[in-house]
Amino acid sequence: MSVKVSMKVNGQPVSAELESRTLLVTFIREHLRLTGTHVGCDTAQCGACTVLMNGKAIKSCSIVAMQAEGADILTIEGVAKPDGTLHPMQAAFKENHGLQCGFCTPGMVMNALDFAKSHPNPTDQEVREALEGNLCRCTGYHNIVKSIVAGARAMAAAK
Amino acid sequence: MEHSLIGKRIQRKEDYRFLTGAGQYTDDVELPKQTFAAFVRSPHAHARLKSVNVEKAKKAPGVLAVYTGQDLADAKVGGLPCGWLITDVKGQPMKEPPYPVLAQGKVRHVGERVAVVIAETLEQARDAAERVEVDYEVLPAVVDAATAGRKPGIHEIAPDNTCYVWALGDKAAVDAAFSKASHVTTLEFVNNRLVPNAIEPRSANAAYSRADDGYTLYVANQNPHVERLLMTAFVLGLPESKVRVVAPDVGGGFGSKIYLYPEDHAVTWAAKKLNRPVKWTAERSESFLSDAHGRDHVTRAELALDKDGKFLAMRVKTTANLGAYLSTFASCIPTILYATLLAGQYTTPAIYCEVTAVFTNTAPVDAYRGAGRPEATYVVERLVETAAREMKMDPAELRRKNFIRQFPYQTPVALLYDTGDYEATLKAAQDLADVSNYEKRRAESLKRGKLRGLGYACYIEACGIAPSNIAGALGARAGLFEAGEIRVHPTGTVTVFTGSHAHGQGHETTFAQVVADRLGLPIEKVEVVHGDTSKILFGMGTYGSRSIAVGGTAIVKALDKVIAKGRKIAAHLLEAGEQDIEYENGTFKVAGTDRQKSFAEVAFAAYVPHNYPLDKLEPGLNENAFYDPTNFTFPAGSYVCEVEVDKETGATQIASFVAVDDFGKIINPMIVEGQVHGGLAQGIGQALTECTRYDSDGQLLTGSFSDYAIPRATDVPSFGLDTRETPCTHNPLGVKGCGEAGAIGAPAAVMNAITDALGVKDLAMPATSHTVWKKLQEKNHARV
Amino acid sequence: MRAFEYHRPANLKDAVALAEKKDEGRYLAGGQSLVQAMKLRLSAPTDLVDLNALQDLKALKVEPGAVTVGAMVRHAEVASSSSVLKTLPALAALAGQIGDRQVRHLGTIGGSLANNDPAADYPAAVLGLGATITTNKRKIEGDKFFKGLYETALQPGELITAVTFPVPKRAAYMKFKNPASRFAIVGVFVADFGGGNVRVGVTGAGPCAFRQSEMEQALKKNFAPDSVAGIKVSPDGLNNDLHASPEYRAHLITIMAKRAVEAALK
Repeated sequence: MSVKVSMKVNGQPVSAELESRTLLVTFIREHLRLTGTHVGCDTAQCGACTVLMNGKAIKSCSIVAMQAEGADILTIEGVAKPDGTLHPMQAAFKENHGLQCGFCTPGMVMNALDFAKSHPNPTDQEVREALEGNLCRCTGYHNIVKSIVAGARAMAAAK
Repeated sequence: MEHSLIGKRIQRKEDYRFLTGAGQYTDDVELPKQTFAAFVRSPHAHARLKSVNVEKAKKAPGVLAVYTGQDLADAKVGGLPCGWLITDVKGQPMKEPPYPVLAQGKVRHVGERVAVVIAETLEQARDAAERVEVDYEVLPAVVDAATAGRKPGIHEIAPDNTCYVWALGDKAAVDAAFSKASHVTTLEFVNNRLVPNAIEPRSANAAYSRADDGYTLYVANQNPHVERLLMTAFVLGLPESKVRVVAPDVGGGFGSKIYLYPEDHAVTWAAKKLNRPVKWTAERSESFLSDAHGRDHVTRAELALDKDGKFLAMRVKTTANLGAYLSTFASCIPTILYATLLAGQYTTPAIYCEVTAVFTNTAPVDAYRGAGRPEATYVVERLVETAAREMKMDPAELRRKNFIRQFPYQTPVALLYDTGDYEATLKAAQDLADVSNYEKRRAESLKRGKLRGLGYACYIEACGIAPSNIAGALGARAGLFEAGEIRVHPTGTVTVFTGSHAHGQGHETTFAQVVADRLGLPIEKVEVVHGDTSKILFGMGTYGSRSIAVGGTAIVKALDKVIAKGRKIAAHLLEAGEQDIEYENGTFKVAGTDRQKSFAEVAFAAYVPHNYPLDKLEPGLNENAFYDPTNFTFPAGSYVCEVEVDKETGATQIASFVAVDDFGKIINPMIVEGQVHGGLAQGIGQALTECTRYDSDGQLLTGSFSDYAIPRATDVPSFGLDTRETPCTHNPLGVKGCGEAGAIGAPAAVMNAITDALGVKDLAMPATSHTVWKKLQEKNHARV
Repeated sequence: MRAFEYHRPANLKDAVALAEKKDEGRYLAGGQSLVQAMKLRLSAPTDLVDLNALQDLKALKVEPGAVTVGAMVRHAEVASSSSVLKTLPALAALAGQIGDRQVRHLGTIGGSLANNDPAADYPAAVLGLGATITTNKRKIEGDKFFKGLYETALQPGELITAVTFPVPKRAAYMKFKNPASRFAIVGVFVADFGGGNVRVGVTGAGPCAFRQSEMEQALKKNFAPDSVAGIKVSPDGLNNDLHASPEYRAHLITIMAKRAVEAALK
């Protein structure tokens, strides 16, 4: 029951023969060895596996890889500049101590990147609502909210 | 270095890797010839294993091996030990039933491991696990802690399901004080069971090398040396030298990753059998069933007061649910870390606490953020607030009237508080929360149909469990020191090896700050290494908010030795007497002159000892230290919570939450605030959303994030924080620790606020909208 | 997840043919419920027929008087569509409260309705607005679509292609969320079409969504919050779980209906 899947991940075309039951997140982590995308639950609640598919935040544990056939996927590994400079959203997380153990962080950043596109100057409440699909057990969200507000503004300013 | 680094908001060194996806968590580790394990878990809470047939599973595609409890028994693999021996009221040791790696003859909770399947791929292992045929003879389940003592025993060794009955305090003095009290406040409540739910699930990946007959275990764990010590000595019977335990990046612990778990042992043992690395990572549903849970007390508590509100005595009777097996530190949590904290911040002269610890057919219960101290704080602060309401006194003033104000202070429950200023934190919290305008806010809420309430919690905690000899006398089976090593490299850069372990706490930054500050070096020159038994000389790991107070002090002690040796080297290089050498801002100087050598020059001389006092001094600049604290540290603080309750739906929102803590000296306020935020969210979760429910058959009804609500961003507010500082008197940094405070103080503050809003004496946690609505219904009924 | 065979047909005819051929075949829309159930091995179809290539099912059409949402239109698109926001804002608001933003980027109306989770949001709008569900075979009245717990009027292999919502004069959806799953403990969709045509659709409370006729009658007479505020809903037959008793759900139906009317009038 193998299938061939092709997509673009972080700008690079990739393709592979997979078991059809391979989740997108498994493809990303195990086959591409991009382990920055994490798995924190099995009910699509925690959001640690969030990536961008065609620019939109999705949970990569909630679809099989074949559902991303032909898609453009961005993972946390593709966010910083090639020279290693952090993206403004990543920098905002660092400056505002928006992460502790780092496990939920890639999902938080990916969701925030998408959210900020439509919310260049969000309120705290808008950010909290946008995080409904991302669980963090370390930060109490306080500094994540601060980070995303600052990151969204920085992204808008950089335009 | 012009300015001290202590107290600076330095951004974290670890963030870059986490923000770019470069962190290495256990499940990210892939070893050559990797195999994958899946566990067959009991669907029953209590059953006899009539047979376990693995033949079909063994023949499934990709399967390399299937092991059962019998295989482990045949191989003489032992059971998991408990790290703390409690002696009961009759002087007898607690009951210690065997805790097998894979079930032996019986299963005692849903999710207990019956067999392990190892295959080439994870899905193959899971497919085959479905083909293991287990014949269970289902037995009645013991679920309820309060009645467990009257049910048939689930372990042979404990026919009444009682692990121990333990007590602390002077019962006669307490009873006498109650008999002459003018007011007694009584509360009965459950401290709800919680599932820790670090977002990284537990994971273990073990490899074996025939070349050196050695094992390497990567594991999501908070204390790799402790894991190694107990695993080798008690379970696998291996020399420690043959086992390397690596806890790489760990995605949160909150206590749940302190313990020995059966899965870690099964994969380690199997790695040698198969001569292939074996990896297992929990699915979240497995975490819910098999991670150690927290809390779960049933308590009756009484406070005796005189007519002016002076506390005379406290009497507490608690039944603690230990679950099906004794997890690594389970026994000391509802005893040593609970009853000793019942003095709180108050001068209550007599306290008596009796704890009955019982086994039930539920997941094991052990330390979860706060570990005993949130339960104690809940007892004390709910009692105090309730007493104030009953006696029509201001709850803050009642607290003030009873505050300890003279230090050191010997409590009637064994602890000796070294320092504190409870008035300072309470005053600051009241100011920050703008308590004086509370009535205006309450009236405004009412206009919008919302009931507003305000609650306080003034907590104290004991951190950095110590000293080892006293802990040993109380039953600890491990030391409670910490080790640190400072390795200065020839170019003057420094690697710090610490036995503490970071899983979100930011040690790589905080510890580097301490070292860079003391050595007067740029922080970039200091690297902190932790979490690998092959690199770190020893370590007791991270729990109980002990890292900076104990681990940090060990580092400081090693630093002192480095500087002392550096002075000797500098004295030689500068041709001066050692007593004339001063060390300041990264430079060894001859006092009163401009003659000096930089730290890097001294380090270089130590490793290229051409001009060096070889007759008197060994080359090299590498020092280590072990530090065993002389006392606990006592962080304390005052929290003020305001809630708004929707009268129609019962939905409760935290309107504001203010926390003023005294952590002693603070190294990095940014990191400390983050720790408080996280603790508060977990405490608010306990109070409002987190409900662990087993049905009468012992099935976990709240076994996923779809039913167990850990707080989301919309469930918690932005917090108002401040600190006051009374430095710890018995460690060189003056630090106390901050990791658990929020989780300790928050539940009582939230519940005091909700009961105030509703005008009721008590309410069960978690105060979900449904619970609150029901309480409002009862109240309305009572009025009619 | 158990193994299965994956298919991606290019058109409706092939999709239906495939699904009908396979005994244990399932259509795969957004996957936000089905893939989760498969991961937990609670659902184990032998074949998945992915509808992602079916462009016809992705149309979102807003006409005077009706909004037609293709079965494969994602919740996020309904929530943010400027024409839906203008014509039927209550539907956009409902779509914007489903799951979380990641789920809304993938989840589809067709998948949601075919699954008929008792706590899903869209069923409240289907009943509250009297929508018509179009399948490859027929048109099904919204009122006749939901048959019970996870049970619908769909026949084996029958595929939803679009859902047409009539546009009311005013409407609103009020949802009381489950603190863990964020599904509806109770959700109430209230719509006033004028001329005494008022509909009230309730989700989350029973085995499947239903209309609340007592409230409809009361609102027919007077479309005001007070018309429903005093209605005591019977808890008989309502869901009982960890998060809410039937009595609480009954009570919440009244409160959410009252608030929905208030919101519709704003």
